[in-house]
Amino acid sequence: MLHTSFHLALTVGRTATPEAVQFWILAPLAVIAALGILVVKKAVHSALLLAWVMVTLAIFYIAEDALFLGIVQIIVYTGAVMMLFLFILMLVGVDSSESLVENLKGQRIPSIVAAIGLGGLMLSLLGRATLPAPSVGLQTANAGGNVQGIAKSLFTQYVWAFEVVSALLITAALGAMVLAHSQKVRSPYAQRDLSIARFRKSSLGDAAGLPASGVFAGRNAVDVPALLPDGSPAPTSVSQTLRSRGDIITSAPFALEAIEEQED
Amino acid sequence: MRTSSHLVYLIALPLFSSALLLLLGRIADKWGHLLATLVSASAFGVGVSEFIAMHSHTGANRAATQKLFEWISVGNLKVDASLLLDQLSICFVLLITGVGTLIHIYSIAYMDHDKDRRRFFAYLNFFIAAMLLLVLGDSYLNLYVGWEGVGLASYLLIGFWNHNPTYAVAAKKAFIANRIGDVGLSLAIMICFTQFGAVSFSGVKAGASHASPAALTAIGAMLLLAAAGKSAQFPLQSWLGDAMAGPTPVSALIHAATMVTAGVYLITRSNFIFDASSTARLLVVTVGVITLLFGAIVGTAKDDIKKALAASTMSQIGYMILATGLGPVGYAFAIMHLLTHGFFKAGMFLGAGSVMHGMDDEINMRKYGGLAKLMPITAVTFGLGYLAILGVPPFAGFYSKDKIIETAFNQGGGKGIILGGAALLGAGITAFYMTRVVVLTFAGAKRWKDGSHPHESSVLMWGPMVVLAIGSVASGFLLSAGGALVNWLQPVVNASHAEGGKELMNPLVVSILALGIVALGASYAIVKYRSVPEVAPENVSIFTEIARKDLYQDIFNDAVLVKPGTALTAGLVATDHHVIDGAVRLVGWVIGEVSDVLRKIQNGYVRTYALAMFVGVFIGALILWVVTA
Amino acid sequence: MDISNYLYLSVMLFTIGALGVLIRRNAIVIFMCIELMLNASNLALVTFSRIHGNLDGQVASFFTMVVAACEVVVGLAIIVTIYRSRRSASVDDASLLKN
Repeated sequence: MLHTSFHLALTVGRTATPEAVQFWILAPLAVIAALGILVVKKAVHSALLLAWVMVTLAIFYIAEDALFLGIVQIIVYTGAVMMLFLFILMLVGVDSSESLVENLKGQRIPSIVAAIGLGGLMLSLLGRATLPAPSVGLQTANAGGNVQGIAKSLFTQYVWAFEVVSALLITAALGAMVLAHSQKVRSPYAQRDLSIARFRKSSLGDAAGLPASGVFAGRNAVDVPALLPDGSPAPTSVSQTLRSRGDIITSAPFALEAIEEQED
Repeated sequence: MRTSSHLVYLIALPLFSSALLLLLGRIADKWGHLLATLVSASAFGVGVSEFIAMHSHTGANRAATQKLFEWISVGNLKVDASLLLDQLSICFVLLITGVGTLIHIYSIAYMDHDKDRRRFFAYLNFFIAAMLLLVLGDSYLNLYVGWEGVGLASYLLIGFWNHNPTYAVAAKKAFIANRIGDVGLSLAIMICFTQFGAVSFSGVKAGASHASPAALTAIGAMLLLAAAGKSAQFPLQSWLGDAMAGPTPVSALIHAATMVTAGVYLITRSNFIFDASSTARLLVVTVGVITLLFGAIVGTAKDDIKKALAASTMSQIGYMILATGLGPVGYAFAIMHLLTHGFFKAGMFLGAGSVMHGMDDEINMRKYGGLAKLMPITAVTFGLGYLAILGVPPFAGFYSKDKIIETAFNQGGGKGIILGGAALLGAGITAFYMTRVVVLTFAGAKRWKDGSHPHESSVLMWGPMVVLAIGSVASGFLLSAGGALVNWLQPVVNASHAEGGKELMNPLVVSILALGIVALGASYAIVKYRSVPEVAPENVSIFTEIARKDLYQDIFNDAVLVKPGTALTAGLVATDHHVIDGAVRLVGWVIGEVSDVLRKIQNGYVRTYALAMFVGVFIGALILWVVTA
Repeated sequence: MDISNYLYLSVMLFTIGALGVLIRRNAIVIFMCIELMLNASNLALVTFSRIHGNLDGQVASFFTMVVAACEVVVGLAIIVTIYRSRRSASVDDASLLKN
């Protein structure tokens, strides 16, 4: 597929039909995905849609003879950046969903109007721009290979920007480490502190500590709730994530009565 | 014209003394009055020496000038601060310093109990200096400085006891009425400058010979307005009665002898203007005649002895103003009457002060009566002044007043009859009310309570009164013997060139007519006031009613000038507050409202700020789109 | 097909990304929309490089990617830090500058 696009791109300001077909299929999908980012409730869904857009763009880059850039787009953007986004989403709350009701007065309509206005303006500005027609195409520039061409440009003409950007990368890494480091604002609770806190609660029901999962139950899996002394499942014995994902197994089949019946 | 270097002392000495007394304050309380009197006397001495010096010269060399410094030199206007002492000025200088010194001596005793006596003398000296500057200035502008100075001195002295609000209001009234006159003088100076390019007397005199009649009439009318303000003539005469709120020496000096005569001086000095414009002259005689009768009528109904004398002053100055409008010889007679009036009126005022002093500052004549036996010197000096003002020969007033009546008749035609008749009528009414004053005060039964003990005043008080009484007796004869004053003033006012030289009425006839009317008025008063009610009667004739209310002048002024003026001021204040301040407040309010609205943009939400930035980008793109179209 | 179609697509993606920044409240989703905008501009740069026939556009796009990566790293670290203290990832909660 990559090869085909490379060879069939014409140097006249128009593209070959395969590229046109590819464009007209993928471009609307990319736009729909982008719109989807705006409207979906769960943040995870937005991240996935963004990943779809990025992959589409990578395909476009490769179609436009920017081979190096297309690969880098997949590796860096879709691979690293989106993964980073998803990790953070998991930290922040996978199920965090946002209501789509706008709480700021006078924010939604003016935003939409301004955005559509800006889009229209830019489109018409583009329409008025005089671009070299026919477009030159990258045949000569990529004569020695796309990677070599970029390397030649990067290390001669743009070497200063290159050095600065590498300094920026190092700084960013350091910055992330500094920000992620959390200083303990208090000494960690020791066993004695936890015990005292348990006994000071309003009811002494949990004074002896919560049962671990699987206690008094037939299974000790993390997705099976523990049983309280009276036989009802303890809701806090399964992790919140699993609970919100609905991945817990109810403890009904593991009630004591049922187990005694299954004695064999 | 010779130069003299002594003229400045006339002004500098009293001015310096006044400043010294004001600046030293309480330190000078013990000797301030003595210094002031000494300075006034030394000014008189300088005046006399200058008079003698003048006699040793003849012709044009009699007049002396002294240039002090170059004052204004702007564009075409060049005015020097110089002094001019000619035959006209020396009369005034001697009158001012002479009568002034006598009144200084009188005030030492009269103001004996006042703790502010030093300040009083400082103001008196200041007045002397300003009045001398007025009569010695050689241009209208220099005269104006003195003019303003005497106005200020009058204000300070009328309101001397300013803790009393009535007196302070009276001082303010005098100052404002003066100010209206001052507008006239300013306008006259301005017209002189635009017409003639000069404001000095010599310059204006040179230019007046070929000026347009309209300009001359305008200048004359403006000068008359100024004179009316300063000399309490119609229509600016309402302040003189209220000015009696000041101490009696002030009334004697300023409002009898000197300041109120400044108007007559102004018109006489500007004789070249008035001689060239018959319209202006007509205005002058009209004002003079109206005031003459006005003052006389008002004087008949006054129970306050000082107010009666003030009305009399107003009337007598009316005579002087009338005289100045009667042609070149009229000026000389006006000055003659001015000088004689200075003697007898000041003498009578000092006498009134002596009576008040003896009666514990009682001013109501209905509470006097029969004081002649208890205050003999006062009664005699007052009586001599009374005879002088009546015009009984051979006292002073006979010579001056009769000459004026005679010149009035000599105008000829209807005008002459009206003017002369009015002057005669005025003489009759004068006789009536002056006799009333004398009868109420000195004759008849005593009407005062047993608590007061009227006594003769100290020698410091009756001394000056005696000197003035001598003047009342002799001055008329001395000034008119052989046409002395007329010839003396000839170089200044061209006096002996009487218009037409007509003599329609025999002087003897005039004198007999005058004496007859005077006798009529005096006897009517004597008969009427044989018995005097202690409280002013309520139901009196309509004439008395009108006279008591000053011929409704104050009510008229109030309704026509004061109330609209106050309304105008209130309107302007309201405009300033609502419109101008309102506009400023409106700007503030608008900004406040706009900020209130704009404040809501800062709602703290990042997304709102992002939207604002985005809209800015949109506008930028729009501009780009428009520009590259 | 006109090469400019890529440019139009780029504009549309950019606009949608801008709208997303203004409309969404979740800080991470806003960040994602910013990334969308950056990607859109990258597409435009690559297309321009093809139109003009030199590799300057691609080099610029490369730098953009690097900078975007740094930005994502630091930005997400900040979001995590804020989340730790506030327990909320909503951008509207940081409205202390009100009035």
